[in-house]
Amino acid sequence: MSNTADMPPAEHSQTPVIPPVAPTSQHHDEPEKSLITKIMTGNGLVSVLAIFLSLVVGAILIAFTDERVTSTASYFFSRPADMLTAIWDSVSEAYIALFQSSIINTSAASFSDAIYPLTETLTIATPLIFAGLGVALAFRVGLFNIGAQGQIILGATLAGWVGFTLDLPVGIHLIVAVLAGIIGGAIWGGIAGFLKARRGAHEVIVTIMLNYIAVYLLLYMLSTPAFQRPGSNNPLSEPVAESAAYPLMFGDSFRLHWGFVLALGAVAFTWWLLNRSTTGFEMRAVGANPVAAKTAGINVGRAYLLSMVIAGALAGLAGTAQILGTERSLSGGIAASFGFDAITVALLGRSNPIGTLFAGLLFGALRAGGVGMQANTGIPIDIVLVVQSFIVLFIAAPPLVRSIFRIGTSKPKNKKTATKAATGGAA
Amino acid sequence: MSQSIATETPGNATRNIAVIRSWAAPLTYLVLGLVALLGFAIGSPHAEATFRITDGSQKISVPDLVLGTTFIGWAGAIIMLGIAAYAFVLVRAGRKLARWMMPVFATVFVIAFLVWVIGSANTPNVYLSGLIAGSFTLATPLIFGSLSGVLSERAGVVNIAIEGQLLAGAFCAAIVGSMTGSLIAGVLAAIVGSVLVSMVLAVFAIKYLVNQVIVGVVLNVLVAGLTSFFFSTVMVGDSSKYNSPPAFDVIRIPLLADIPIFGPIFFEQTILGYGMYLAVFLVWFGLFKTRWGLRVRAVGEHPKAADTVGIKVNALRFWNVVLAGVVAGIGGAFFTLVTSSSFNKEMTAGQGFIALAALIFGRWNPIGAFFAALLFGFSLNLSFVLTILGTPVPSQFMQMLPYAVTIFAVAGLVGKSKAPAADGEPYVKE
Repeated sequence: MSNTADMPPAEHSQTPVIPPVAPTSQHHDEPEKSLITKIMTGNGLVSVLAIFLSLVVGAILIAFTDERVTSTASYFFSRPADMLTAIWDSVSEAYIALFQSSIINTSAASFSDAIYPLTETLTIATPLIFAGLGVALAFRVGLFNIGAQGQIILGATLAGWVGFTLDLPVGIHLIVAVLAGIIGGAIWGGIAGFLKARRGAHEVIVTIMLNYIAVYLLLYMLSTPAFQRPGSNNPLSEPVAESAAYPLMFGDSFRLHWGFVLALGAVAFTWWLLNRSTTGFEMRAVGANPVAAKTAGINVGRAYLLSMVIAGALAGLAGTAQILGTERSLSGGIAASFGFDAITVALLGRSNPIGTLFAGLLFGALRAGGVGMQANTGIPIDIVLVVQSFIVLFIAAPPLVRSIFRIGTSKPKNKKTATKAATGGAA
Repeated sequence: MSQSIATETPGNATRNIAVIRSWAAPLTYLVLGLVALLGFAIGSPHAEATFRITDGSQKISVPDLVLGTTFIGWAGAIIMLGIAAYAFVLVRAGRKLARWMMPVFATVFVIAFLVWVIGSANTPNVYLSGLIAGSFTLATPLIFGSLSGVLSERAGVVNIAIEGQLLAGAFCAAIVGSMTGSLIAGVLAAIVGSVLVSMVLAVFAIKYLVNQVIVGVVLNVLVAGLTSFFFSTVMVGDSSKYNSPPAFDVIRIPLLADIPIFGPIFFEQTILGYGMYLAVFLVWFGLFKTRWGLRVRAVGEHPKAADTVGIKVNALRFWNVVLAGVVAGIGGAFFTLVTSSSFNKEMTAGQGFIALAALIFGRWNPIGAFFAALLFGFSLNLSFVLTILGTPVPSQFMQMLPYAVTIFAVAGLVGKSKAPAADGEPYVKE
């Protein structure tokens, strides 16, 4: 991913000499390939094949645990067709249920019932896109932000507190609550960025630990009078005021809220930040090679801190999508597993804002579909986790996918491309 | 990515950081010492904390240990502030801090805190032997997990997948143990399950050069998904057949087990509990006293140099990661064959990450990881006990402790905690 090649030279006051040299050097010498080879060996095809392979793995698991299949397996050699039919039935039922609960319910009576699954997908995709952008942004700066989970929690906590404690006019209340969410996430991300920049503390370790600290902090807060619902012993807050909630987009029968549009805005912002701004240029330069970036006069520590603050802010927005959008009340499970899913979203999106958008939509669809699949066919939603992680494993190792499908490949000159492909050139 | 993870910015930056870092430790000691002064000494509840050593069921009876919170609070605060002052003197003179300072400081802090917190409780009375023995039980899987981390990271492969290894081990031990009714089969299955996770990590990290943190994170999700899926589809359906594993018996060594406090810890354990001590010793001995250990450490610190003298870097790394899987698998079996009577969805609940924390806090050293895991097990157990006793410290803060302490450690606020130099860097032969 030659993300630095197509960039205008940055007008950066501190770098009078050769600013863009350091990060680009490795990518310039790739020879021109024909279009067909590009498609065949390119990342796009690998992504599609990875998704396909993962669905196959999911299908194997579904078939393996289906009772009809196991009961026909005992007489497989006398009547193999029975088992094959059973496998086909179980897998197709599952995936049809997945499709009908995530895209369009073809058997629905009315139009709104038919598109309801699609709006569910967009609803669930919203926090995934926000948090995925945060993880992706940090990847591009060479930071591994495992901490989206904690940043979501902090964002949701602050936004929720503003939502159910303050009494503000309509409009302003929502803005203040969203800002509070941004600040909460930014603080939590910023801690990791600060410790990385000033103390050289490994961000992977710090963000993992901050995730757990956030969980216990939230549980503690939910046991204090400021947060806990009066008269309740459960770790659950009051619902946020209507004035602080994201308005619904299509009325009360759909959960989809305007947070989704905000997420699209965040995609555009992140794209602009990374590809069109001086700051983004510096960030990518640091991500490509921190030593070279430092030599070129870029403040590496500032890039680390800033990127983690922005990444945290984006994850904080994911928190607002949860608390001000779908959940409305603060509980221990407010972040679900969105923070961890966000890592897979960013990897699938190859740390590119547009890619992250589509990856978020795909995983949103898998989640929404998984819920429907569990309800209709009894297949546990955990299968979605399995499919998701297989997608990322396959995507992270393009040579593996190529060797499975025997796609000819221009052997990567630099073996490190495998790593780079996964993090979108963040290495 | 991998480079930026493992290597710090060289040159001037390192020197600058070193200068800042040297003041960080004394400052941290000072702050913690002041916390002790204000909290434990001045904030003493002026009560007595009673620690019962024996509960009457033992052959030897030892009188209760009754400590005044005021005296211990002041004594502890003075010692801690003394250490802080000495640290300032050393740093000022440009000398390194003594190695004993951190462990001694931590021990004094823990004792002062314990006396203060028990003294402040509604029931200022605790069964010390039980508290400590429970800590060891909670710490055992953590210790196996962090030994797994030591084995793999010392060879240069970052192991974020400890959580997944433990969970896979717990699951396989439960299902195979239940189906065969055999403990040995259960443990072997746990090892196989955990080794499979390790092998995926090793293949992706070493053969496909995928970033090791990515593989680790994804493996954790994958194992959580797979085990939960099979739990819901297979185990829940017929739990007597698939999810009621046998349990290890406690082997009590006569006489020795009656020694107050130490008896239950060292002489009243299951085979896996005794195995934990053996594992700590073997990993320590292997890493620091054998040729194999020297090679492992060489590969983890400077793979190119190791390659130059004829060590097969990637093969050694591969087998070390596999060995890490063996150790973590035994730790996973501990969950379902010792502490709990059945498998449950995501039952490791972040313990793999506490093991990772112990590995880092213990500075990638098996003995250090052992004590760090013990400290974390203790804080976890104390949080349970304190909830029962009714104390001013919310249990959530006790549970937060391992994670917070680890951040302090990696930020260099309590001594330096540095990974092996080539940790996380794939090695490509040129």
